[in-house]
Amino acid sequence: MIETLRLTAEDAAGMLERGEFSAAELRGAYRTAIDERDPELHTFLTTVDEAEGDGVPIAFKDLISTRGVETTAGSRILAGYKPVFDATVASRCIDAGLPLLGKTNMDEFAMGSSTENSGFGPSRNPWDPDRVPGGSSGGSTAAVAAGLAPWALGSDTGGSIKQPAALCGVVGLRPTYGTVSRYGIVAFASSLDQIGPIAKTVRDCALLYRIVAGRDPCDSTTVELPQPVELPEAEDLRGLKIGVPKELNETEGIEPGVSEQVNRSLALARELGAEVEECSLPRSVDFGLPCYYLIAPSEASSNLARYDGVRYGYRAEGDGDIRQLYARTRDEGFGDEPKRRIMLGTYALSAGYYEAFYGQAQRVRTLIKQEHDALFERFDLLASPTSPTVAFRLGERTQNPLAMYLSDVLTIPSNMAGMPGLSIPCGLSDGLPVGLQLIGPQFSENALFRAGHALEQALAFDYVPERLR
Amino acid sequence: MISREEVLHVAGLARLELTEEEVERFREQLNAILEAVGKVAELGLGDVEPTAHPLDLVNSWADDEPRPSLSVDEALANAPDRDGDLFRVPAG
Amino acid sequence: MSWEAVIGLEIHVQLKTRTKMFCRCAVGALDDPNTRTCPVCLALPGSLPVPNRQAVEWTIRLGLALGCEIAGHAVFHRKHYFYPDNPKGYQISQYDEPLCVNGRVRLPGPDGVAEIGITRAHLEEDAAKTLHVGGAEGRIHGATASLVDFNRGGTPLVEIVTEPDIRTAEQARRFLQLLRQTVVELGISDAEMEKGSLRFDVNVSVRPTGSDELRTRTELKNMNSFAFAARGIEHEIERQIATYESGGQVEQETLHFDPNREDAPPLRSKEEAEDYRYFPEPDLVPIEPLREWSLDELGGKLPESPSARLERVLAAGLELRDAEALNAEPARVSLFETIGEAGVEPRAAAAFVLNDVAPRVDPARVDGAELAKVLRERDQIPREALDAAVAASASKGFTADEYLRERTVADASELDPVIDRILSENGQQVEAYRGGKEGLLGFFVGQVMRETQGKANPKVVNERLREKLKT
Ligand SMILES: [Mg+2]
Ligand SMILES: [Zn+2]
Repeated sequence: MIETLRLTAEDAAGMLERGEFSAAELRGAYRTAIDERDPELHTFLTTVDEAEGDGVPIAFKDLISTRGVETTAGSRILAGYKPVFDATVASRCIDAGLPLLGKTNMDEFAMGSSTENSGFGPSRNPWDPDRVPGGSSGGSTAAVAAGLAPWALGSDTGGSIKQPAALCGVVGLRPTYGTVSRYGIVAFASSLDQIGPIAKTVRDCALLYRIVAGRDPCDSTTVELPQPVELPEAEDLRGLKIGVPKELNETEGIEPGVSEQVNRSLALARELGAEVEECSLPRSVDFGLPCYYLIAPSEASSNLARYDGVRYGYRAEGDGDIRQLYARTRDEGFGDEPKRRIMLGTYALSAGYYEAFYGQAQRVRTLIKQEHDALFERFDLLASPTSPTVAFRLGERTQNPLAMYLSDVLTIPSNMAGMPGLSIPCGLSDGLPVGLQLIGPQFSENALFRAGHALEQALAFDYVPERLR
Repeated sequence: MISREEVLHVAGLARLELTEEEVERFREQLNAILEAVGKVAELGLGDVEPTAHPLDLVNSWADDEPRPSLSVDEALANAPDRDGDLFRVPAG
Repeated sequence: MSWEAVIGLEIHVQLKTRTKMFCRCAVGALDDPNTRTCPVCLALPGSLPVPNRQAVEWTIRLGLALGCEIAGHAVFHRKHYFYPDNPKGYQISQYDEPLCVNGRVRLPGPDGVAEIGITRAHLEEDAAKTLHVGGAEGRIHGATASLVDFNRGGTPLVEIVTEPDIRTAEQARRFLQLLRQTVVELGISDAEMEKGSLRFDVNVSVRPTGSDELRTRTELKNMNSFAFAARGIEHEIERQIATYESGGQVEQETLHFDPNREDAPPLRSKEEAEDYRYFPEPDLVPIEPLREWSLDELGGKLPESPSARLERVLAAGLELRDAEALNAEPARVSLFETIGEAGVEPRAAAAFVLNDVAPRVDPARVDGAELAKVLRERDQIPREALDAAVAASASKGFTADEYLRERTVADASELDPVIDRILSENGQQVEAYRGGKEGLLGFFVGQVMRETQGKANPKVVNERLREKLKT
């Protein structure tokens, strides 16, 4: 009997190599765990019975196209849609021998911070099933936290890997924009979407990132990594300068229990030899969220125009001309959040508003990037809480879109600037995990892994949810 | 403030046939969101260059070499309605 | 009051790249339906565009040929509209940062050269093809369903927009003709209207002659031939003038022609205010041509423009009709010019190229200088010899010598003794001729030709015979 709750991908790979169990047995153990715990948690939308590969199995957020396996992006409008091609990241995982366990739940089109916007029902947090796992990659993070998958791929637009990783007590990397292919990823906001690894340890994230990263000729916005991915070994932080932007650490709404754990981690970082110093991102935090809520919906309104019931996906019944077919298909097929963002984005791009909204938001984006660049002249990394709060209760924010949007207030600014960010669990507040966000300049993943790994060792956080131990 | 008419106009542009209840709800929510995000519209940023992309990339393209297309059956595999090898939709 | 028309053109040219603009499906709009598709051109979820480098290079070449400035920084935008031929819900096109701007094309005509401004030339993707069924065959009205074939979707298109510098339907026709030739000679498009690889829309308005106001314009869409377009424009100009003269107002509207039926009247539709919601395509990065190409190099490799050629040919004094017929192929013009340089008068040279050479041999393979030697002696050789020379002029090793050997005796001093002898030998016929039977002239000509074994120049023989028979 293989116990999946504590098993890291790296350890599993080692055991496979030593012949302690077979890949089929390993996969079987995860399938058993899924059968056992997923009815309560609802982290998977689809499980896969047959999958090739003799490596460590993996789960994909359901916006990663998988040939012949239903891919819905959490939307009813794509119910039943089976891609005829694999996303580049899916191909790379296949090439690396990682068999697919299944496709994980998510907020519809990755629009949300709780997984409650899924068209197929919410996922639940393994630490407390009355609470959300965060989102939009909540299915992936909850599955990893509950031992239903050793690692998973998620996507992060405004914080959709980092925030649910924090809420589920696992590690999540949002890579530098352009380092991981978006080909085959159901698009939400093209200039922000990025695929990244979710795992129990920083080293597992580094291993998975190494598999999926690098230029893809099918994605014009990708680049080759400037340095190869290094597996972190260091146990100290000597020589590292960490900036602590006060706006990211003192924003209204950060729970005291969250601040406490983050401060404890920063104290630990000093003990490990890092220089930790306060700094400031005066406009990034103030303007990050508004800027994001103009750019992301604008791009989304465009990216979601292809769901028209002509070539795939849901088509409304009934007579009528093509215009009515579109309007009904889209009204019936999309949930509330995509509709809200399509409306917002269409409005922001429409005649007379473009300059004031989208155009202006792009200029603000320049300011945000400049502010980050300036800080990275002085610091190697920045640190803050990942989420202002621990996991909240289901239903708590669903009636108020703005309150939900605030869940990402700390992850959005660096995302706007295309900077990578790592969230590692750094303690508990009221029995729920708290995430520490480490942000680096573009292409600084190795530095993030190094710092994250050293802190992870020192923090010795037990990632197995208390109620499952 | 977005008016009811504007909501309907935008819904028309986006091809969303909203119910009465949705029109009113979205009007309120969009107003609240626009009020919150509207502060970026007021910044004086005339001399700041816009950022379309986080990376400064240019000239990313491919050579003019054909690659295999999908088979017709793959192309139409997910079609809600077809007529032979063509996708079928109501007339416009 | 006299009126003038203000005409602008918007032309779409399909590039003949091997693959589509943003995916690597082979171009094949006319292949079996939906056999040239992939995730990208079907807009399957998650697919991403990758631009065709060749198409970018060709657009820049075309821009240079049209006298445009090539942008240092060009951007693709998304243009949104919903229609089954537009699978993404947006077309990837260019908006305020196109590849080519501010061009200028010289448009030679019978009344001199007009200059037509080129506002822009940009790169975009073609739409898929919809077929309407259930109503009258192929027509949208009354149809119950549309069938969509995505083969054509994503084919690279260059859109060329002119300034409203055109004043007559005839100028429009000439401009389109020259533009067509330009892309064909650059080798970047077949530009065949029947196949849809060249399509254009026309904007027409009228105003009192000499004023510079811009009045309401109408748009003529889907024209399928230059001649048809010229007729459509004439009609529209007349209609607008008549409208104003009867105190009415021209309304902004679009005239849709049925591309399958030239005799069908156009359908008029009010222009719906479009809101395309352009924004920079976030799946693509900008184009900076100068980092990839040397414009001098691209421009240096351009063939001579058909416009410059036409201008030269007209300057030689030809009628427009002949000038255009010559200009249809660069080789015709160069043959015309070689022959002219050899001293043949332009109209004769043009007629020779068009009527004698072009129907029989490929002018591009003709040794013009040698053929000109024969042509210059056209009066001195038999017709058959000239024809034989034309037929042989495209073959290897052709020289004029062989045909010039057939040159006729034209010198009166050589002919006179022969003529005198024949007249003295045929006294009876001479008497009869002088008595009024002038038909006998042919008899004497025949005799002289026989005596000279056909080498006599018939014209000179005629002249000398008449002269001598008079006395
Ligand atoms: Mg166009
Ligand atoms: Zn294609």
